[in-house]
Amino acid sequence: MRLMSAFLVGLVFGVGIAISGMINPAKVLNFFDITGTWDPSLIFVMGGALVTTFVGYRFVLRRDKPMIEERFQLPTARDIDARLIGGAAVFGIGWGIAGFCPGAAVPALGSGKVEVAGFVAALLAGLWVARLIQAKQADRRAVA
Amino acid sequence: MTGFETEFTPLMSLAGGVLIGLSAVFLMFLQGRIMGATGILSGLVTGTTPGDRGWRAAMVAGMIAGPLLVLAVTGQMPAVDVPVSWPMILIGGFIVGVGVTYGSGCTSGHGVCGNARLSPRSMVATVTFMITCGVTVYVIRHVMGG
Repeated sequence: MRLMSAFLVGLVFGVGIAISGMINPAKVLNFFDITGTWDPSLIFVMGGALVTTFVGYRFVLRRDKPMIEERFQLPTARDIDARLIGGAAVFGIGWGIAGFCPGAAVPALGSGKVEVAGFVAALLAGLWVARLIQAKQADRRAVA
Repeated sequence: MTGFETEFTPLMSLAGGVLIGLSAVFLMFLQGRIMGATGILSGLVTGTTPGDRGWRAAMVAGMIAGPLLVLAVTGQMPAVDVPVSWPMILIGGFIVGVGVTYGSGCTSGHGVCGNARLSPRSMVATVTFMITCGVTVYVIRHVMGG
């Protein structure tokens, strides 16, 4: 039940990424290239996704608990700090360099293109290294 | 690295966006979680419990099957054109991995789910990465002379 539903959620997301054009780095980079070969399509992707999620969450979060888990696990962090802004800034730079964000690159693996596999491998390496550094820093704080 | 024109596709992009939103609503309804690619991937990489890895792997498999389903239905694989060089793919990928870890999310987690919850953190993160991404594309294409 859990695996099947997770697969189906992933499938709906993957089809959405695919037909929306988010899957295509050429299109994504053109969205940001306002002074060049601008393609405003991604405004519609963000708009459609945001409105749907905003309305859907209103109904879902009114329930006592989700279907297969005991409770909702919503982010609790509130701080707008250097880590959040710095991380987001660095992410944007990488996105602008390669043209893929994580949620678009994973479905793009289905295209079988070797460039996508290269991007995802580098992405996972970056995730892993950053997690490692964060864990080391947390250890040091715990000792001190 | 100058780009080439891509077709303006408002209807398909809107339809795809609605599907992305529906998947986020379904995940909240079923598991009570935020649909964030960063969170799903980092859980796979660092690993928590075996059962926890299972649903993440299943979701990633579903995501990868998405364009294959589009291929099966329409007879055409959605275009994936990568207009940048190999070093840019690898450097960009690594930078994205570091950035989304420190920033606690990406376009799906902050940009869609967090903003839909009206989270101030997500709004700040989204504005920040949209600006740095735009500036980066401008510098690469128009300043460094693409």
